[in-house]
Amino acid sequence: MNLLAMDAEQPAANIPPPAGAAAPGAPRRPVVMSVRGLRAGYAAGAQALQGVDLEIRERTVTAIIGPSGCGKSTLIRCLNRMHEVIPGAWCEGDVRLGGRDVLQLDPVVLRREVGMVFQRPNPFPTMSVFQNVASGLVLNGERDRAKIAERVEESLRRAALWDEVKDKLDKPGTGLSGGQQQRLCIARALAVEPRVLLMDEPCSALDPLATARIEELLLQIKDQLTIVIVTHNMQQAARVSEYTVFMLMGELVEYGETQAIFTQPSDKRTEDYITGRFG
Amino acid sequence: MTPAAAPERTSSGARGLVPVPGPRERAGDRLFRLIVTGFALLTLATVAALAWQLTRGSLGTWRAFGASFLWGRTWDPVNDVFGALPFLYGTLVTSLIALLIAVPLGVGTAVFLTELAPRRLASAVGFAVELLAAVPSVILGLMGMYLLVPAVRFVEPSLERWLGFLPFFRGAAYGLGLLTAGLILSLMILPYVTAITRDVLATVPRSLKEALYALGATRWEVVRGVSLPYARPGILGAVFLALGRALGETMAVTMVIGNTPRISASLFSPGYSMAAVIANELAEAVSDAHLSALIAIGLTLLGVTIVVNGLARLLIYRLERPR
Repeated sequence: MNLLAMDAEQPAANIPPPAGAAAPGAPRRPVVMSVRGLRAGYAAGAQALQGVDLEIRERTVTAIIGPSGCGKSTLIRCLNRMHEVIPGAWCEGDVRLGGRDVLQLDPVVLRREVGMVFQRPNPFPTMSVFQNVASGLVLNGERDRAKIAERVEESLRRAALWDEVKDKLDKPGTGLSGGQQQRLCIARALAVEPRVLLMDEPCSALDPLATARIEELLLQIKDQLTIVIVTHNMQQAARVSEYTVFMLMGELVEYGETQAIFTQPSDKRTEDYITGRFG
Repeated sequence: MTPAAAPERTSSGARGLVPVPGPRERAGDRLFRLIVTGFALLTLATVAALAWQLTRGSLGTWRAFGASFLWGRTWDPVNDVFGALPFLYGTLVTSLIALLIAVPLGVGTAVFLTELAPRRLASAVGFAVELLAAVPSVILGLMGMYLLVPAVRFVEPSLERWLGFLPFFRGAAYGLGLLTAGLILSLMILPYVTAITRDVLATVPRSLKEALYALGATRWEVVRGVSLPYARPGILGAVFLALGRALGETMAVTMVIGNTPRISASLFSPGYSMAAVIANELAEAVSDAHLSALIAIGLTLLGVTIVVNGLARLLIYRLERPR
């Protein structure tokens, strides 16, 4: 594992690889988050992660695929320590964000840098569209109304939602359609300008059209921040990601450039999964 | 009533069992329907009979005093002069004191139990709270007489020293009085506020709390920003249920309120409540006018509880209506 050293020699100012498929041999971006020997589990039941090693590169999209219960969600929830919100959950190992030990950081500080979008859209029902997007800013102590308004508009534009909601900013966020709600949640996460955005199956509750809009949006924002997306949908992984992680029963089976994983997987289990032989 | 046109619930997807009206209703079904309809109507009939009886029994008082019975300040059974205001005042003030103490305490306890407490402690404290609700009020009244009254008598001079600039905290420290009654009431309604708020807080979806945590919120910020706003209608319901209980509570209040029909700004002074005066004087009321006045007090109490409940409904309806 000498990737870190390699990256140090290669400057970040490279041409980004084309969407969906990193050109083989394209220069690698610097590592923004690294995971070493991560083990995690819940109070009751089996261990969910059995020692995972992973590197996440800056301003790329990394997709995590695998069958249900393989530990995908647990893995990304360890990256911003949302895992420990669940009573009885535990994790150990080495997780780093730009060199800082994530498990030692204040989770409040960490989560402002590592944002999250969840499986089901979860706008705050007691807040308007505007207040939903502004919630993270207000939480961070921003009181300047003009600044908040500016940031809300910018975030909604980045989330490709502005044109649809600009006339109903003061309506409840829960009144939007499912796809709009999910983009609202993305806007809410983007508003605090995280370095890394974790997405836990963000399209699994959406129809194909809404899914396509979210994927489009990912391709638009991915040169601004790092995205880690858990997905059940292998086509989605192939469409949006540069790197793909395949997990099985709490283990990381294979990790590499998306094109390589989908065309010539080096592990038999990966091949079986992506060709639909199981899972 | 037409099951074919019953709108499908979209969120849960669960359609309730809808009775299929056959050409002829089965005899068993018809009997069942008649019986439960009868039960439901019985409730209505009871309330109507109650109001009717109270109105009829108090007619003499309304004839003699009219609506001014409600704001009459004198209660003199010997000379047949009756006014309900001291009792209205006592009931409302003690209930208000009880709410002021029990609501913050109960909501705080519920937040602790649902969000912070380790599971084992939470179930132990939860059990104790429910046990408190089961204590007979006469026992609480006894406790009030022997523990609370001396304690209040001891504390009142200090209260007067520090808060005596307010008219509420002045006067002789009897121990028996509005403050003590409010305290004992707060103890009685605390379990209602706590248990209901806890149950409502437990229904706050985890996904919402996680959404705020993921934005970098502390526990307190999640409680204030997500849990409490989401639970607000339920908490208000708990508050009004508790208020209803406080307004009508008789035994414990009678034992510590001092039973003096007087209106005083000071919470130290003895007072009287509507429920207490009925309990104390009904058995001794010999004149028709006295009896009628007590029943009129009962009707007033019923009216106050109905008004409070109506306001509660209105408030909750306003809050729950989508903007």
